[in-house]
Amino acid sequence: MSAHEPWSAERASTVIASQVGLEGAALPILHELQRVFGCVPLDAEPMVASALNLSRAEIHGIVTFYHEFRRNPPGRHVLRVCRAEACQAVGADAVCDRLRAALGCDWHGTSPDGAVTLEPVFCLGLCASGPAALVDGAPVGRLDAARVDALVGALVGALVGALAGTLAGAPA
Amino acid sequence: MTRVFVPRDAAALAVGADAVAAALAGHAEIVRTGSRGLFWLEPMIEVETPAGRIAYGPVAAADVPGLLADGLLDATAQHLRLGVPGQIPFLARQTRVTFARCGIVDPLSLDDCRAHGGFQGLDRARALGPAGTVAEVLASGLRGRGGAGFPTGIKWKTAAEAAGARKYIVCNADEGDSGTFADRMLMEGDPFALIEGMAIAAFAIGASKGYVYTRSEYPHAIATFDQALAIARAAGVLGPGFDIEQRTGAGAYVCGEETSLLESLEGRRGQVRAKPPLPAHKGLFGMPTVVNNLVTLATVPAILRDGAAGYQALGMGRSRGTMPIQLAGNIRFGGLFEAGFGVTLGELVNDIGGGTRSGRPARAVQVGGPLGAYFPPSHFDTPFDYEAFAARDGLIGHGGVVVFDDTVDMARMARFAMEFCAAESCGKCTPCRIGSVRGTETVDKILHGQDVDKNLTLLRDLCHTMKFGSLCALGGFIPYPVLSAMNFFPEDFQRTPALAAE
Repeated sequence: MSAHEPWSAERASTVIASQVGLEGAALPILHELQRVFGCVPLDAEPMVASALNLSRAEIHGIVTFYHEFRRNPPGRHVLRVCRAEACQAVGADAVCDRLRAALGCDWHGTSPDGAVTLEPVFCLGLCASGPAALVDGAPVGRLDAARVDALVGALVGALVGALAGTLAGAPA
Repeated sequence: MTRVFVPRDAAALAVGADAVAAALAGHAEIVRTGSRGLFWLEPMIEVETPAGRIAYGPVAAADVPGLLADGLLDATAQHLRLGVPGQIPFLARQTRVTFARCGIVDPLSLDDCRAHGGFQGLDRARALGPAGTVAEVLASGLRGRGGAGFPTGIKWKTAAEAAGARKYIVCNADEGDSGTFADRMLMEGDPFALIEGMAIAAFAIGASKGYVYTRSEYPHAIATFDQALAIARAAGVLGPGFDIEQRTGAGAYVCGEETSLLESLEGRRGQVRAKPPLPAHKGLFGMPTVVNNLVTLATVPAILRDGAAGYQALGMGRSRGTMPIQLAGNIRFGGLFEAGFGVTLGELVNDIGGGTRSGRPARAVQVGGPLGAYFPPSHFDTPFDYEAFAARDGLIGHGGVVVFDDTVDMARMARFAMEFCAAESCGKCTPCRIGSVRGTETVDKILHGQDVDKNLTLLRDLCHTMKFGSLCALGGFIPYPVLSAMNFFPEDFQRTPALAAE
């Protein structure tokens, strides 16, 4: 479950200062901002630019180049689902359709209740165990209709504690 | 207390390995290892007996109480019993060099690593001296395992001879090809092999700093490697004047291209650089830099320890040594198969891989990731070898083999290739940036049955432009999957408006 801090310029400058001494610090800074705030807020860009002595346009260019940086904080859970070839070969498209329908949101969207943000990913290195996904960083393999339903039920339902039990089991 | 080995590899966790470990807690001493790479048997656990380890799998947490009652801990339980792991045919047929320790050792135990031959390669490199180390790598015939297949020894020699205020070793662990997981498995199962390989490379070329650029989609690999790095650093095995730092990518496929990776490490957009200058002359921060794939670097310790001749004796043609081949997609026995070059695609898919997981006939196999060609069963006689694949307009890439059954729509796969290229293009060169968008649109017209023959001609022409006009392998190789789909599966492209409307 993701718990992010609300935006604070003061906190952001501490985060930036913690990474700015690294060689090529831009990506480490952006990763740390996203870890803390759940996203890289637009307000952070001029601060990063100033810390690295770069223009705001350059920082904006970096943030938008990489698929992983978000503009808004995600829902309570982040579900990253593989859409690459190896997972397609074992039915990922059907799994993705079922997930989008069940969550009521499209890629990069969040379910209306704010529970789950759905993100596409191109390969998790679980290519002999697909269709695969990461649920708040925890890998899940061999997704099929039944496992998708169990997954969505655990994420959206009140019993989030059931998540571990549901997903930890081997597929049928 | 009996020791039971339970994998902590992400592919084992994905099917419940943590729950199995929890169910065994209190009954046995649990050692978490990497994976042996037999993913259809995960979670595959191993019980230590006086006669060696005995494997069980696939074990679900719910199986544990019954197995314990039936004598799991003295390996007498018969249910799910696989026997001696090394005698399982999938493993017995392999030649494990790079992955020799993976799945056997505790990835965070230096003692375990040393007991299995770890760090002897580094010792021998230090005895040989930098030039002797480069000569040994050159003599082994080792070529870059990221896909380009460039001789590693020549790259090292170039960087060693280049002048620079400081030099860098960069490990490319941005394993973005679908169907590949070798880098991930090694980082989770034997991270010290990579650390040792980087220390050897640094010694050989005189580098003071090493970077490992790992993709963010691998959180477990990142965590395990960082832990291993801290342990290695504290134990002083990196040697004086050398340190390693891990950096995380941010979801850009093109950062697997070496110059794009360097741009990203420097803190910029991952845009490809024109070559020359070669990174070995002017690489990271303008300094001489060796950029090697993770598997390449992790293979070096075994070559130094056992000598170049033994490694060079394996393989075929100009492809020497072993390749960790990754069997993926719709395949019954999916996993990591390390063997000398030369095994044919048909052996890999039908014999070793057991055909498709769905039980339907295999129709197409994509080798080498999203930029690799789709081969039909008529090409299953192609030996796994850099040159043999190139001769058939394909590539082995990083060794991923993705199998599709007869339900696949190859026109849709061609569209996916173009769409993927459009999403991942760094935007620097026009053939890739614009060509991939126009390519997606053209395949869409074909899918809708619109002027099919005319658009097929146009698509072929566009592929030609992308292949010869693009700056790097992304735009340059995306024609491989598109053209191979058109050439080998033409019937999938013959759409009519009526068919498309269905």
